Amino acid sequence: MNEIAAQSLATQPWLSLLTFLPLVGAFGVALRQMLAKRDANGEISAAEIAQIDTVARNVALLFTLGAFIVSVFIYFAFYDPSVAGYQLVETAEWLGGGVSYKMGVDGISILFVLLTTFIMPICVLASKTIDKRVPEYMIAFLIMETLILGVFCALDLIVFYLFFEASLIPMFLIIGVWGSKGTKELGGVVMSSRVYAAIKFFLYTLLGSVLMLVAIIWMWRYAGTTDIPTLQQTAFPEGAQKWLWFAFFASFAVKMPMWPVHTWLPDAHVQAPTAGSVVLAAILLKMGGYGFLRFSLPMFPLASAEFAPFIYALSIIAIIYTSLVALAQEDMKKLIAYSSVAHMGFVTMGIFTGTKQGIEGGLFQMLSHGFISGALFLCVGVLYDRIHTREISAYGGLVHKMPFYAFLFLFFTMGNVGLPGVSGFVGEFLTMVGAFKANSWIAFFAAFGVILSAAYALRLYRQVMYGDLAKAKLMAIADVDARELTMLGALLVFALFLGLYPKPALDVFAPSVDLLMSNFDAALAGAAGAP
Amino acid sequence: MSLTLSETLFWVIPELMLAIGGMALLIAGVFLGDKSARMISTASIGLLLAALLVVVALNGGPAEDLFGGAFRIDAFSSFMKMLIFGAAALAILMSDKYLVGEQLGRFEYPVLIVLAAFGMALMASANDLIALYMGVEAQSLALYILAAFNRDSRRSTEAGVKYFVLGALSSCLLLYGASLVYGFTGATQFNAIAAAVGDEANVGVVIGLVFLISGLAFKVSAAPFHMWTPDVYEGAPTPVTAFFAAAPKLAAMALFARALITPFSEIADDWRPIIAVLAVASMAVGAFSAIVQSNIKRLMAYSSIGHMGFALIGLAAGTERGVGSVLIYMTIYAIMTVGAFACILLMRRRGGMTEAIEDLAGLTKTSPGLALILTILLFSLAGVPPTIGFFGKLFVFQAAVEADLVWLAIVGAILSVVSAYYYLRIIWLMWFNEPAPPFEREVGSRLGLTALASAALVFPALLVLMGPLIAAARAAASSLF
Repeated sequence: MNEIAAQSLATQPWLSLLTFLPLVGAFGVALRQMLAKRDANGEISAAEIAQIDTVARNVALLFTLGAFIVSVFIYFAFYDPSVAGYQLVETAEWLGGGVSYKMGVDGISILFVLLTTFIMPICVLASKTIDKRVPEYMIAFLIMETLILGVFCALDLIVFYLFFEASLIPMFLIIGVWGSKGTKELGGVVMSSRVYAAIKFFLYTLLGSVLMLVAIIWMWRYAGTTDIPTLQQTAFPEGAQKWLWFAFFASFAVKMPMWPVHTWLPDAHVQAPTAGSVVLAAILLKMGGYGFLRFSLPMFPLASAEFAPFIYALSIIAIIYTSLVALAQEDMKKLIAYSSVAHMGFVTMGIFTGTKQGIEGGLFQMLSHGFISGALFLCVGVLYDRIHTREISAYGGLVHKMPFYAFLFLFFTMGNVGLPGVSGFVGEFLTMVGAFKANSWIAFFAAFGVILSAAYALRLYRQVMYGDLAKAKLMAIADVDARELTMLGALLVFALFLGLYPKPALDVFAPSVDLLMSNFDAALAGAAGAP
Repeated sequence: MSLTLSETLFWVIPELMLAIGGMALLIAGVFLGDKSARMISTASIGLLLAALLVVVALNGGPAEDLFGGAFRIDAFSSFMKMLIFGAAALAILMSDKYLVGEQLGRFEYPVLIVLAAFGMALMASANDLIALYMGVEAQSLALYILAAFNRDSRRSTEAGVKYFVLGALSSCLLLYGASLVYGFTGATQFNAIAAAVGDEANVGVVIGLVFLISGLAFKVSAAPFHMWTPDVYEGAPTPVTAFFAAAPKLAAMALFARALITPFSEIADDWRPIIAVLAVASMAVGAFSAIVQSNIKRLMAYSSIGHMGFALIGLAAGTERGVGSVLIYMTIYAIMTVGAFACILLMRRRGGMTEAIEDLAGLTKTSPGLALILTILLFSLAGVPPTIGFFGKLFVFQAAVEADLVWLAIVGAILSVVSAYYYLRIIWLMWFNEPAPPFEREVGSRLGLTALASAALVFPALLVLMGPLIAAARAAASSLF
């Protein structure tokens, strides 16, 4: 009896429940605001606005935490990490003609689901300093969580594309409405720089994605379905694989972002509010790497192998060039943004080596970068909330006033450098091992990135934290409060744990990566064996 | 098997209702005067909805050829008629307040829309070159008058005259093409033309076909025959523009599809490249010209040119799947357009309407509900998921890829990004900028409800109900083949 009950419990649409849970919260916030406005008949006092805002914050926190708890519950109750294939699969009729609503997770996606649900409550907490249009802001974040979870859970290409593209909309609004002030002159027209960043973000990613859409349609025609597991078993003709690979590459390279299509990222990061930067760095960028692993490698193995040197070249350029660019930045957020591009270079390099260490390292690097870069943007946010500038030169000597902050910032800086003991090291090391197996020169050049990352990260830390506390504005600066400590502490625990003991995460990756590898190698061997 | 007269008339009840009802309303209006305008509007809406219901009731059977094959009732014509009658009824519904406000509340307005809808019904069912021309003219004459309906306004009169002159020119092209086709095939009935053409077109037929396509391209406002659209859209009273943007486009696209597929499907390779070129030109003109517009009606004109380009991708495929995608696209387009114009009609301040895009600045602060509705509609017009505008593009691209026109899908995809820019521009004005003076509040008005309903269809209702819509469109398309 109990077994039957457990069985039926396990076959519930858990992933859909998880995915759409934040959306329910968004509706809740919207409804509350509408009712409040109706009651007030258009005239709302400041006290009432403050009350609506508080409710919106609490509801958002409740639902993001709820999603986190549900995702952890799903992981421990129903997910079996020793199984390689897709789990918790649910299917429903949708468009017909081979397109259905299908969700499921495997070792590659489940940890991204958990990362998303983990980062989101932190983002809500980090948004304490948002003071205008709070309910809309929270709605945008909740909707974004739904869309991101959808991306990682979708097992149908059209469903995936839907979530993937739709996630642009809330981010576009978050950057544009709640972004920082300042103007920019562009071709004689003065426009707000956050608007510029939002538009650039939107159009860049859209342009990358529409090419993928055409490729998806082509695959739909060829295979008669957009079911991802089926497509992963489909052998596309070698000539077509190249074109399809490039179309998918256009989308994921922009999202990742890879050099030379990374230029939207620094703009978007600088202009976005702190929580927006955190989501962008910690989760949205991971969609690119996830896409490479979910689609490019398994569906177009021949093209992936053929174009691997191309990816290596771009990755190496990203690692070295953007590290050098980061070294020259005057804006803290820009510096971290460029360092993100460099770190994503390790990910693409690792993934396309086609080795177990490379792929696992890429996955691990993405996970760890989610904690560390998210935390770094939070650290910048802590300073920005107090002093309202991101200029590195405006700071100095903070260690005297902010000892706790100094410790946390140092920890995450070390994580960014890739110091052993912090999760950043494991990912970088594994991708380098993978690269070394593929071609030792790649590893040789990538190693420069490790050195350069130490240079820019330590320079940032030294200029902001050390030296004399000379600037008048900094005299009264307060150390981190309980809220900030909670957010950064939670991230620290995970970054440290995974750095010291990466096995749990690697064990989750392993079965799915092994399956991916064996299919990949079989496809290459099949092509080599064919006349 | 030929039908008796009463059987024939049974199948054209919707058209008869509109023709006779329209004339009856005209007579009633003449006797009752302009005071009856409101009553006649309501009656016209009722008439159109009744005709729609009859179409629904008559739908489902096998195709019927009437009047010696000149007029064909099939799933395709029924599908288009439902959309056309619905769009026409909504156009009357949305115009009430505006016309009264502008002292244009005359009874002729709804009657002209009913008569235009009659012409459009003929176009949707025309299966003969003469029926085609009759339908086009019956529709166009009503539309010319509607464009100039604000007869005391120079802009409106100019729009009417411009539309009339260019419309007459396009009718000439259409007739010239029809006469060439008739001359070289000896037939005006589409199936007879198909039999005469065979699978090897002679030069005369192809030249005639090119003229026919040019005339029809004018009617759907595909580039390079789009010149009239921005001026007419801008000059005509806004509710008329709202009507122009939806129902006539549906009818013209229906006619376009039938006039190409039924008689000329055997020589599709001769006309598919022409349609592909029209599609690319329209998408490009729509995307690039709209960027610099400051008047929202002109912007919508270029937007509709672009959308016709996307719909023509499906026609360029020339397959059953392609025509199905055109129907899906046009359905979605009609819903989005009606909603967008309902929002534009709500741009009202004390002392009249505004048409400047700048006036939408900061709308999220002054009227959040309207801003949200318009945002959803604009994202849908841009074709960004998860709105249904995306599915319209998805299916035309799919049709193109399946017809080995991958290049056309790629061009369309890239141009859709360009066109996304100007929709985004409106969205950023509404969300990011400081507010302009607020519009008059109209909570729960007909316009507000129309806008809300279409936005709700765009997202999320049709997202769930996409399956049945696709099935209906595909079934309708299959009746052409």
